[in-house]
Amino acid sequence: MSTTAILFWFLSALALLSATMVLISKNPVHSILWLIIVFFAISGHYILLNAQFIAIVNLIVYAGAIMVLFLFVVMLMNLNSDSEPQKNNRLRLAGTIAGGCLMLIMIDVVRSASEVQNATAMVREGNIGLIKTLGKVLFVDYVVPFEITSVLFLSAMIGAVVIGKKD
Amino acid sequence: MTLLAIDWTLLIEKLVLIAVIITASLVIAMYATYGERKVAAILQDRVGPNRAGPFGLLQPLADGMKLFFKEEIIPNTSNKLLFVLGPCLAMLTAMMTSAVIPWGNEIHFTLFGADRHIPLQIADINIGVLFIFGVVSTGVYGIMIGGWASNNKFSLMAAMRGASQVISYELAMGLSFIALLMLTGSLSMKTIVEQQVHGHWNIIYQPLGFLIFLICAFAECNRAPFDLPEAENELNFGYHQEYSSMKLGFYLFAEYINMFISSVIMATLYFGGYDVPFLNEANLPVNIAALIGVVALLVKAFIFIFIFMWVRWTLPRFRYDQLMNLGWKSLIPLALVNMFITGAVILWRQG
Amino acid sequence: MQPLTKKVKQLERKPMTLLERIYLPSIFKGMAITFSHIFKKVPTIRYPEEKRPFAKVFRGLQVLNRDEEGRERCTACGLCALACPAEAITMEAAERQRGEENLYREEKYAAKYEINMLRCIFCGLCEEACPKDAIYLSETFAPANYKRKGFIYGKEDLLIPDPLTQPEEYEKAKGERAPATH
Repeated sequence: MSTTAILFWFLSALALLSATMVLISKNPVHSILWLIIVFFAISGHYILLNAQFIAIVNLIVYAGAIMVLFLFVVMLMNLNSDSEPQKNNRLRLAGTIAGGCLMLIMIDVVRSASEVQNATAMVREGNIGLIKTLGKVLFVDYVVPFEITSVLFLSAMIGAVVIGKKD
Repeated sequence: MTLLAIDWTLLIEKLVLIAVIITASLVIAMYATYGERKVAAILQDRVGPNRAGPFGLLQPLADGMKLFFKEEIIPNTSNKLLFVLGPCLAMLTAMMTSAVIPWGNEIHFTLFGADRHIPLQIADINIGVLFIFGVVSTGVYGIMIGGWASNNKFSLMAAMRGASQVISYELAMGLSFIALLMLTGSLSMKTIVEQQVHGHWNIIYQPLGFLIFLICAFAECNRAPFDLPEAENELNFGYHQEYSSMKLGFYLFAEYINMFISSVIMATLYFGGYDVPFLNEANLPVNIAALIGVVALLVKAFIFIFIFMWVRWTLPRFRYDQLMNLGWKSLIPLALVNMFITGAVILWRQG
Repeated sequence: MQPLTKKVKQLERKPMTLLERIYLPSIFKGMAITFSHIFKKVPTIRYPEEKRPFAKVFRGLQVLNRDEEGRERCTACGLCALACPAEAITMEAAERQRGEENLYREEKYAAKYEINMLRCIFCGLCEEACPKDAIYLSETFAPANYKRKGFIYGKEDLLIPDPLTQPEEYEKAKGERAPATH
């Protein structure tokens, strides 16, 4: 096994384990901390794909900002297993079935997607994730969708301000 | 074994470099505590620590010894694992930023008949500046986790303050960065320094950007006048209130390492890094030039550390709403204006 | 409302000018002030190595004096105890025996002489009350102690060394305020 393969399996195992722990942790603060580890593992995968820019932006935006806000809210609300509302078993069963079905569909969609078929990951040599290439793609090929997205964000921001202004 | 395909000499080289840099930043952080007390004393017409060793030079060692021998207290109602994890994270993120800083030009020596050119930088990644941002943005977890795990209202409040402060000031910091990056056109720290070695220092082009960056650096390091997370008189030392012994030491130490690293970053980005003004390094032997470069960078960093301390012992602490107003209503618009002006000037010069 | 004093000063609350609102000039002014303190003289006295000279009128620990022949001057008259506003002084008198003339100047002497330094207010009234110049206040002060007992100074603590047998110690303990011997 090459170093890359070892890293890949290690990061995958870490991501899956942490993702599971997010779900089964009793304490929501622990859940968030596990989620942060998931983000780190995914960033590791990005680095393996030579997408350093995406990796670090993933860390800055998700691990650095969004998860801090999550943690912020959860810590302030002081949620813990005692205050969790009790769910009955029938609801749990229904939830498991629904979630399981969704997972099956997702796996099937990913497996049968034509883009993914016969494609190999460009480990350590692809350059789509590098900042120069990504910038060119975003500001030349996809400039209209990119700008529309920014307008969307702007309107979301203004909306947040409007909501916040109301006493 | 494919593992052997790794360039072992490179690995050893890097490990030695990492060890040297970490040791150096620890020692500098240690003496920054001494410097802090001495600077405070001098600014207040006092003498400062002068008992341990000549001029009190052994004071940091004495402080460290004291912290090590203190009783380790973990509160009963705290979350044990996270309580220990907090200071570790604070220390880890403080140390990690030093990886992408170019400490000097490359040194050159011959070992076992093989010529080695060793760049004095652990990793010259092409997103160096963003890496620093990423690490800094995760640095807040040390405070948050520690504050929450202490299970104490003061600590929690301090953790919340710290988190919101760091997030708010990161934005303005990023925006002031973007203006700089538009000038340099590169995210790699090494390239940014090289450009300054050959051209002018970035402070000439970006005085306003530097000012914003400096203010944000104060806020990110939780230094006065932005030391709200540990405001003694309102929060009893804030997030590290429940900590004792070396865990407290880690928190205090991380603050000084952060201060040192952010001083180095400011020197690197705006003040030419290891560049010595009016000196042509190319005329000197490689190793001596590298050594002079390292010394120049450290001198710049020490000047910034002094400014950090000087500000701390001059300005009173901000109130919380003033802090948020300054961040969101003054610094971010100012940084945006700075960005627009920079962009306009760049476009105008391109014609 | 009628102002209580004439010192009332009406503050003008005008809106801040732009320069004041930028806040940077005042920051730099403050920084300059603190920076100028680097060059100021440090008034600290590094205590164990350097000692500040006491004022001429300083009143410190009491000393039980001897005369030039090394005899205790105290005659245990009790005037000092009477004069003491803090009631810090107690003593027991004894009669001088034959053969003790070189020890005690008068026929009566203080067998026990105690001053409670926790009570003493160092007013110096004992010194003024003493008709024999047997007690005076020196330039030292009572050092710290762990127990209250340590602050009750007996005769062995208060008595000045003998000028004949221990002239060096006597000179050291005498101090500036010793009454002129006569």
